[in-house]
Amino acid sequence: MIKEQIKDGLWKQNAGLVQLLGLCPTLAVTVNITNGVALGVATIFVMMLSNISISPIRNYVPESARVPIFILVIAGLVTIVDLSINALSKPLYDALGIFIPLIVTNCIVLARVEAFASKNSTLPSLYDGFFMGLGLTFVLIILGAVREIVGNGTLFQNVHFLIGDKYEFLTIQLFDSSDGFLLAALPPGAFIALSALILFLNLVNQKR
Amino acid sequence: MAIIDSPAIKERSTVNMIMFTVILGLLPALFLQIGFFGYQILGNLFFGIGFALFLEAVCLKLRNYPIRPFILDGSAFVTAWLLIISVPANIPIWTLLIGIFFSIVVAKHAYGGIGSNPFNPAMIGYAVLLISFPKIMTNWPISDGFEIRNFIQFSQFFSIANINEAYDAIVSATPLDQIKTSLFLGKEVNALPISLSTLSSYQMIAILYFLGGIFLVYKKVITWHLPLSLILSIYIFSGLLHLYDQNTYMSPLFHLLNGATFLAAFFIITDPVSSPTTLKGKIIFGILIGLITVIIRNYGGYPDGIAFAVIFMNICVPLIEKFTQPKVFGYE
Repeated sequence: MIKEQIKDGLWKQNAGLVQLLGLCPTLAVTVNITNGVALGVATIFVMMLSNISISPIRNYVPESARVPIFILVIAGLVTIVDLSINALSKPLYDALGIFIPLIVTNCIVLARVEAFASKNSTLPSLYDGFFMGLGLTFVLIILGAVREIVGNGTLFQNVHFLIGDKYEFLTIQLFDSSDGFLLAALPPGAFIALSALILFLNLVNQKR
Repeated sequence: MAIIDSPAIKERSTVNMIMFTVILGLLPALFLQIGFFGYQILGNLFFGIGFALFLEAVCLKLRNYPIRPFILDGSAFVTAWLLIISVPANIPIWTLLIGIFFSIVVAKHAYGGIGSNPFNPAMIGYAVLLISFPKIMTNWPISDGFEIRNFIQFSQFFSIANINEAYDAIVSATPLDQIKTSLFLGKEVNALPISLSTLSSYQMIAILYFLGGIFLVYKKVITWHLPLSLILSIYIFSGLLHLYDQNTYMSPLFHLLNGATFLAAFFIITDPVSSPTTLKGKIIFGILIGLITVIIRNYGGYPDGIAFAVIFMNICVPLIEKFTQPKVFGYE
């Protein structure tokens, strides 16, 4: 059972590359790896929690009112994550800005609740939430890395926001940031990088 | 006996011939550019066009198209040429190649090749370079006037050591850029750092673009609608601003002779693929590009906005054509 969820979440139904859900944060925050990881982990948390909150009550939710109820639960969970990040790392919170609260509107969360958690029991829903989120996180990390290296010449920029000030040395400056290919750091660069990833995925699927 | 369908006399006007005439129209201005800005532009043309043709061949191969006829139609050649004469002559070669890549692979072949590209490929390449490398793209070599020796020196370009020399050249912003900066700093038009009474090198090149464009209209490669509507539009809109306040807005003639006005009017917006085909549509297209250009030049962050105006209006072409379809005779 869990194998199915791993395969779907990471490859076959990958949220970022196959379902193309949640494109707004995917494209907007992935200017570096740190942002990608942070948003990805936040999304994993929200997806796991919302899936295991909805799954037990799925038989009591009236069909006609399910979307508002789901959204209400997700909004509550996102608020928790939002306040937690604010408490744990203020600079990271400032860097991610509006995109943490916007996880509420991220289609992928509602889509998994609607398509999976409202039809399955709690444990598979937990796995589904985790691996779907993990699949999206991988996409965010790859996008973040590519855009950061090409656009800004750095790797792991701002990583100390995430794991503490003493790890600031992890930031690698590959070349002077004024020589960077600015397009990669701008929104069109995100679209181009994402389409390149989708191209890669389709090529691999075709080979099989 | 061979039986021929009518028309019995066929005109030999192919894509190939059109592109050849376009290049012919661009040649005089190129001659002047080399004289003013140095031989490096010849090297740019050599490597840039070579790379463009190479990418074109690779894309055609990948898409299972016959390579020879499409390479020979000259469209990649002209695209690369237009991009190269739009960028500063002292651009590092790798930067230029990135622009060529975006022109040919992304703007042209990713959208379906010649005939299907919604955007002008040369302008996509230019816009990518301008927003990605603003420092390189706004520094033109300083011209000491027309120098014959630039033509003799060009063989030096092929020695590898000279490629990096570009960084050491003395550079400055274009007049349009300088004026924008000065006006932004609060200076008035009569206290500007450049002389407005004599023709600058940029203006002489612009005049040759104008003459080359007239040649294209004469040869019936392009019609007069697009160029005239763009030129009049820039003249009228910048003229209105100039009438409103002569101290902060440059004269309409300045706007015509600087930046890419004539180059765009005759050679860029007339791209048959990405511009409207209806008559009214062409006029609307030209007027709106002029309006957006004047707005960007006077209020925007970039010195010249023609590339952005062209790309923006390219997206509007389907809409323009939808509303300007001529009535078919006999239908209400």
